[in-house]
Amino acid sequence: MMSSQSHHQHVSDCQEVLSHLNDYIDGELSPELCQELEAHLAVCHNCRVVFDTLNKTLYLVRQLREYPPELPETVEYRLFAVMNLELFVPRERK
Amino acid sequence: MTGIDIDLDIYPDEASLVEALKRGDPEACACMVKQYAPRVYAVAIRMLNDPDDAEEVLQETFISACKNIQKFEERSALGTWLHRIATNAALMHLRKRKHREVSLDEPIEVQAGDDIYREIQDWTLAPDDHAMNSEVRDVLEKAISELPETLRTVFILREIEGYSTEETAQILGISISAAKVRLHRARLRLRQILTPYFT
Ligand SMILES: [Zn+2]
Repeated sequence: MMSSQSHHQHVSDCQEVLSHLNDYIDGELSPELCQELEAHLAVCHNCRVVFDTLNKTLYLVRQLREYPPELPETVEYRLFAVMNLELFVPRERK
Repeated sequence: MTGIDIDLDIYPDEASLVEALKRGDPEACACMVKQYAPRVYAVAIRMLNDPDDAEEVLQETFISACKNIQKFEERSALGTWLHRIATNAALMHLRKRKHREVSLDEPIEVQAGDDIYREIQDWTLAPDDHAMNSEVRDVLEKAISELPETLRTVFILREIEGYSTEETAQILGISISAAKVRLHRARLRLRQILTPYFT
């Protein structure tokens, strides 16, 4: 998996790369490690794919913020009832 | 908006809504509930994976908020304050649940790299950037619900609810480094869970 031409001392194999990937994504990796990691990603297809799909995963998941699971009407009605706010519930739904 | 029809414009801004809440104005209470229930319910159901428990948390959150509204100091937004109450209530439920049943958590001492290279499949291009349709959303929600609880809570707070790592650690009562480790594993695990869906 590992490129034989690698002379990196710190980010030396795929496991190592993987363990730094999150700090890298969060921008919390030191510039030196960043460089080493990027050098590895440039030559290692597997790590590149993990990195890309991990990024894609986060990109997709973060969009869920805009799509909260629906609050069912019945749950909303019961909430108003429990809060003694039935006054505000349409008569036919009481 | 569906459901109960409430005029949310009675109070021109949040300050006047809060003022009315502190006066005990039931109309203000109805306004608050109408406006913030969806967000509170969303965090509850994602954290708990159970509609009944989520409904309990929803009710507890607003009952507690009304009881404690005098303590709300307006340093944060009302929505943020409610969200924090809801998150804590959801965590209480998770802890109670743990006492009730044997923990369903998978052990999390799995090495980060385990299995990850077993099948390397590139699905970077699928689904495409604009394909945030309901089908993809369902896949994502289901995948998150399959994360073990210790990973799921960190992941939801950090990635979906948008808390910082420090805030997430504080809410969960764990160290920042523990939060980071869990987040790291959650992200990798989620990537793995999603792979078969998107290849
Ligand atoms: Zn590699």
